[in-house]
Amino acid sequence: MGPSPHIRTSETVDKVMLDVIIALIPALLMAIYVFKLRALIVTAVSVVCCMLTEFLFNKIRKKECTLHDKSAIVTGLLFAFVIPVGMSLPFVAIGAFVCIALGKMIFGGLGCNIFNPALVGRAFVQASWPVAITTFTLDGVAGPTMLDAMKRGLPMSDVLIGEGNMYVQALIGKIGGCIGETSAIALIIGGIYLVYKKQIDWKMPVIIVLTVAVFTTLLGAKDPIMQVISGGLLLGAIFMATDMVTSPVTPKGKLIYAFGIGFLISMIRMKGGYPEGTAFSILIMNGVTPLINRYTMPKKFGEVKADGKK
Amino acid sequence: MKFFGFRGGVHPPDNKAQTATKATEKMPSPKMVYVPLQQHIGAPLDPLVKVGDTVLKGQKIADSTAFMSTTIHSPVSGIVKKIEQRVFPLMGKANTIIIENDGKDEWCELEKIENWQEASKEDLLKLIREKGIVGIGGASFPTHIKLNPPKDTPIDTLVLNGAECEPYLNSDNRLMLEDPNSIVEGIKIIKKILGVNTAVIGIEENKPLAIASMRKACEGTGIEVMPLHTKYPQGGEKQLIKAVLDREVPSGKLPASVGVVVQNTGTAAAIYRGVVLGEPLIEKIVTVSGKAIKEPKNLKVVIGTPFSELLEYCGVDREKVDKLVMGGPMMGMAQFTEEVPVIKGTGGLLALTKEETNYTKPQACISCGKCVDVCPMHLVPFMYARLAKKEEWENLGQYNLMDCIECGSCAYICPANRPLTEAIKIGKAKLRAIKK
Repeated sequence: MGPSPHIRTSETVDKVMLDVIIALIPALLMAIYVFKLRALIVTAVSVVCCMLTEFLFNKIRKKECTLHDKSAIVTGLLFAFVIPVGMSLPFVAIGAFVCIALGKMIFGGLGCNIFNPALVGRAFVQASWPVAITTFTLDGVAGPTMLDAMKRGLPMSDVLIGEGNMYVQALIGKIGGCIGETSAIALIIGGIYLVYKKQIDWKMPVIIVLTVAVFTTLLGAKDPIMQVISGGLLLGAIFMATDMVTSPVTPKGKLIYAFGIGFLISMIRMKGGYPEGTAFSILIMNGVTPLINRYTMPKKFGEVKADGKK
Repeated sequence: MKFFGFRGGVHPPDNKAQTATKATEKMPSPKMVYVPLQQHIGAPLDPLVKVGDTVLKGQKIADSTAFMSTTIHSPVSGIVKKIEQRVFPLMGKANTIIIENDGKDEWCELEKIENWQEASKEDLLKLIREKGIVGIGGASFPTHIKLNPPKDTPIDTLVLNGAECEPYLNSDNRLMLEDPNSIVEGIKIIKKILGVNTAVIGIEENKPLAIASMRKACEGTGIEVMPLHTKYPQGGEKQLIKAVLDREVPSGKLPASVGVVVQNTGTAAAIYRGVVLGEPLIEKIVTVSGKAIKEPKNLKVVIGTPFSELLEYCGVDREKVDKLVMGGPMMGMAQFTEEVPVIKGTGGLLALTKEETNYTKPQACISCGKCVDVCPMHLVPFMYARLAKKEEWENLGQYNLMDCIECGSCAYICPANRPLTEAIKIGKAKLRAIKK
């Protein structure tokens, strides 16, 4: 019994999350290739802690276990991807706990959170251990990232880039940075998969990237290409800004939201104190999402004059 | 080829192949027929016969003096056994005339107008009412009322719905293939009644044979056949008008407000049969399908035939039936018993298995916005579910809830399987109550 429709798509929330996990695998593989086994260990700790936190929260509140929806795994992966590989494991564990506990469960679990859980965790870590989160290494050598160097006007020789052309290195990911953000190509492959699977709208990441390229140039960036392919921009634009729960629902709203993120990133990078800015920009726009939703409700069918003309 | 289309909609697996190529089979009339006296939108009818009466096939057995009503006729010849309240396929119970079939199929004398070209509009409408004709599409709106729009809204175009966008169903498809001339003749009668010169038949592209068949039958008549994209709800009245004519029916208004009347192709054929042959609406083509049916078929059955007999006739694996649905899977009505009869609004009978219904436990809404993307009325279904959960009924109106056509696209697409149509139906009822 029950009302129509009597058939449903085979798509479920579990499958949506599985698609996101699949899309993150290229970036994970590249991270292991660049940062070796340590990348895998940090990621594993993050994922396990996220799952454990969610399990315990549901247990304590006597709610059904929700691990099967795989959203905790997604959060675990994304949190690991936005921290440096050298961060000590207890910090990783605490950060992962914060992601799920304060980023998701206290709001009521999946779908009820306002802010992207992985970024809540990152913001917490950034505030608590500012040194740990800005200590980047590549092949055991510590140094500034590309964005940091550009911001501070450091010579390129100090920068964490492997051998060869810096654009090529940034595309494949042999540069310093957080675990999952370095390989532009791996992230773009994941993004194409999500677009193909219709889990994200291609316009959102494209608008963010274009906005950053344009505004950083206008605000005086010398190398807009490097602004785009190094740092957390692609990871944030493809996997975090597009987070269904915390981004607007309406087609027009999604575009405004994307522009807002791109604009804020540009402002923080060029006028603010941080070389990065992706995480905070997305968190800020997360907070504006309900408002954007409200003011971009689609025009209903039939909102026309009596003769049927628009 | 001009093509406009509408925004939104979904592409459920069409599952039409099982019956698309199967010629309509005449199913023998059952021993007992159960004729509910509430088969159209409007007032229930009063019986004109009493227990023990002998009735002939096609004899009028129920009528009403109410404006919003039409008539009902005996689908067989035989004896009236009982008149009682019985369950029927729509909600609740209805007064039902139970007739024992004598197997003779003796027709009563049939009133008809063979040279309808010379008849007046009023006489034609009166005859259509006398023949108990309602919209075949499923909503069962009395046809003589729909064909008589108010004088102050001039009609310039007749749009024929041959889209049949509901998955599984092939009853319109088969009719367009097997009897296109009845449809064309019916269209001519409707054009005369409405006084319009333009008529367009919209048919989804996944029925190429029906398109060819109707094109051939329409040759030289000036009736246009227009292929439409295969997408649900292409047959929704407002979506169809948008796709065929690129006219948008204003919110809260009827198609007449943009000069259009929409009729189902099956209704056109019924009008021809009623007017020219004198046959009242006592038969329906019903697609019996679904994975629990051993041999899916298109059946021509008399109204009043119990569903159980249709299922037996096609072979049913009752163990496998998860849901029994009258109509299509998107907008049809779930049935809790097989002991209800075919009525004028029955276009399909589906015995769906678990695998087909794909029902999973509802999960949390993840605000993916897919319901917004697919809504053909450009509404925000997720919002209705949210507000309904919080019981903020009065806020539902701000989000244009009343414009919802209940096509079910949002609930179909929802990955979290949220009960969106439930929220909408309850919300509409609450809003109506508040407004009163």
